[in-house]
Amino acid sequence: MKGKGDGAFGFALRNATAIIFATVIAFFALQAPGFLAPENLGNIVKASAFIGIAAVGMTFVLLTAGIDLSVGSVMYLAPLIAGILMRTLGLGVEAGLLLSIAAGALFGSINATLIVRLGIVPFIVTLATLFAFRGFGAFLTSSRQFDFPPEMLAFGQSSVAGVPTPILFFLALAFAAHVVLTRTPFGRRVYAVGADPEAARKAGVPVGAVRFGVYVISGACAGLAGFILIAQIGRLDAGFGEGREFDVIAAAVLGGASLFGGVGSALGAVVGATLIQTVKTGLVFTGVNLYLQPILMAGIIFLAVLVDSLRQQRLRAMKRRTIRPVSER
Amino acid sequence: MTALLAFEELTKAWFGVPAVADLTLAVPEGATLGLIGENGAGKSTLMNVVGGVTPPTSGRMLWRGAPYAPRSAAEATARGVAFIHQELNLFANLSIAENLFVDGFPTRFGLIDRAATAERTRAMCARVGLDLDPATPVGELSPGERQLVEIAKALHREADLIIFDEPTTSLTPRETARLFEVIARLKAEGRTLIYISHILGDVARLSDRIAVLRDGRLVDEGAAAAFDVGRMIRSMIGRDLAGMYPPRSRPPGEAVVFEARGLDQPGVLADVGFSIRAGEILGLFGLMGSGRSELARAIFGLDPLADGTMTLAGRPLAGGPGARIAAGLAFVTENRREEGLLLESPVAENLSLVVARGFGRGPFGVIDAEAHAVATERAKTELGVRAGAIAVQPVKALSGGNQQKVVIGKWLMRQPKLFLLDEPTRGVDVGAKFEIYALADRMAAAGDAVLFISSELEELIGMCDRILVMSRGEIAGEFAESPFRREAILAAAFRETVA
Repeated sequence: MKGKGDGAFGFALRNATAIIFATVIAFFALQAPGFLAPENLGNIVKASAFIGIAAVGMTFVLLTAGIDLSVGSVMYLAPLIAGILMRTLGLGVEAGLLLSIAAGALFGSINATLIVRLGIVPFIVTLATLFAFRGFGAFLTSSRQFDFPPEMLAFGQSSVAGVPTPILFFLALAFAAHVVLTRTPFGRRVYAVGADPEAARKAGVPVGAVRFGVYVISGACAGLAGFILIAQIGRLDAGFGEGREFDVIAAAVLGGASLFGGVGSALGAVVGATLIQTVKTGLVFTGVNLYLQPILMAGIIFLAVLVDSLRQQRLRAMKRRTIRPVSER
Repeated sequence: MTALLAFEELTKAWFGVPAVADLTLAVPEGATLGLIGENGAGKSTLMNVVGGVTPPTSGRMLWRGAPYAPRSAAEATARGVAFIHQELNLFANLSIAENLFVDGFPTRFGLIDRAATAERTRAMCARVGLDLDPATPVGELSPGERQLVEIAKALHREADLIIFDEPTTSLTPRETARLFEVIARLKAEGRTLIYISHILGDVARLSDRIAVLRDGRLVDEGAAAAFDVGRMIRSMIGRDLAGMYPPRSRPPGEAVVFEARGLDQPGVLADVGFSIRAGEILGLFGLMGSGRSELARAIFGLDPLADGTMTLAGRPLAGGPGARIAAGLAFVTENRREEGLLLESPVAENLSLVVARGFGRGPFGVIDAEAHAVATERAKTELGVRAGAIAVQPVKALSGGNQQKVVIGKWLMRQPKLFLLDEPTRGVDVGAKFEIYALADRMAAAGDAVLFISSELEELIGMCDRILVMSRGEIAGEFAESPFRREAILAAAFRETVA
């Protein structure tokens, strides 16, 4: 019961992400000598900012045992709306960034309204808005490419004190999310709701407001994530962000968030997203057949979900009702 | 003394059947009320009404003289009602301090003031004699420690009424002693308590007043000093039922069909051993949470055992449920709807569920529809299932009693050697009960062994050759003599000795 004495297997389950990460890095370092070069590692972190930012938001949702499938579409639609406003109103990149976050939060609140107020299952709601948000974007652009003002690209490639802007945003957001989750009443209630919504209700936690909040956060993070990546490209294609919801969920789960709620952390999402990007970069580095790469990715994601499921089974075994003291024998 | 909580002609009925009937009772402020009764006497229903989980059908409650009608559990909590029971409302993934303050953290600049929460948590924990770091995750605590955290939470909320519902079932003797110390302290502070337990000695020791429920009615109430264990038991039982049971058609044989030895499942079963002879109906009695159903699940191979051996007809019983069914085991579960039936499927299909493979013909095992129809129709007639076209009528359209006959019938078609009947008459009307008893007798008359598990002592006395009593996962007594001594059986289940 004390979490001790469950041996090497329990230890491996609790530290699964770290073990997988270490193995992956060691493997690629042995395969390709240049893999550990600081420049390469910096590029990995920079490239993981996009998925990582959204994964931090997704972690909030997963903690309440919910899911947000619409993030891929929000990544597309929120920056698009920001871009249109930037062009028509002649706004700067900073205003565009805020607009993209605000638009993402708005879309998140649409999800939240449907889930909390109407009581529809999160999976179904966000599956529907996945199509609705992308469809609305296609309607706005007629599925054509959308070009941002040139300052956008300059912003995306800028850096502060030698640290690329995307990494700064990624780390700042992760730190803020970490503080919110561990040090604020809202954050701790997110964990409570995920552990046992009924008990949370009985304990006087405003369960509806907490669940509303996490979808808004997830949407806002997706809006920010989309804007940050587009700033590095300078334009927006119709297929942008498509299917990325799965990378985002995988990153959060790899980082230790449980699909069953109550377990996970913002820093875990950072690790998860970086791990996924490490594998992607590593596969390119070692020249693995392009068509085999998705299968290897699938293997890693499967491993993460398997670990989550095993952990959950052990939790359930621990929670099993006993009718006599276990120690009394 | 004024009453903190009073019930006035309170009734709670489920589909017209009262679980609590016309109850008038007062809980004086600052007193401890012991509430006792057999399973199904209405204690849980009454507490659910107090806790705002279900509203009463009629009558009302008063809180310090003013009407009290909580519409939700949160409302009851806000009024000052706290529950301490086995299924604790704690978050295993949060710390002790966070569990206490989850409804309102002290904050500084929007962040949780960890120093303040820790300090106040330590003070609350000290009041219940718990010396732990407030940052310890609740998941790492023992059941006894969790319960003390739950009490600390109630104190933190300034709860006026603390209800203990079977608080000691999963506690070690030392943890129980610690809990009782805390309860004594709460009483000294002048808090009002309701203590519900099957351990009558504890109830007598802790309570100021005792109330006894039977069939939803208050049958006895008074100062605890006037109650002894004998009076409690006499008040709890005392129903008169004659002619409800069919006569047994044959006495049991001599050959042992099933034998279990030293069954052990940590935290659930301890050293359970017994045997059943051919043609014998062995009753298994125990209170809620005594390990009856857990024993049946273990015998059927649904839950793993840490130790022990079982033999069926001389052969060791092992493997999963499939292998055990093949060896001649049949299990009528207590959750007929969830585990025993395919509710949407036709009656015939449910009847042949366990033997479906036997109807397979040809190389692909295509089901022989005609043989299937004949066999199921015959089963229906033999069982006396009241249903129309069994090939199309879904099981969910049948009454509870007829559904149960289908469950039993599906096993009968397989001709097993040992039947495990877990609460076979729960939720079944009186007439259908008789038919289920008759089916049990038929099984025994055919030379099969029957383990009849029930929380209704009356039906076991009516039907069984022998009765085993379980308590806290152990065999607490065996009663073979006829007539059965009802009070002795109940005393064994309650772990008391009647003078």
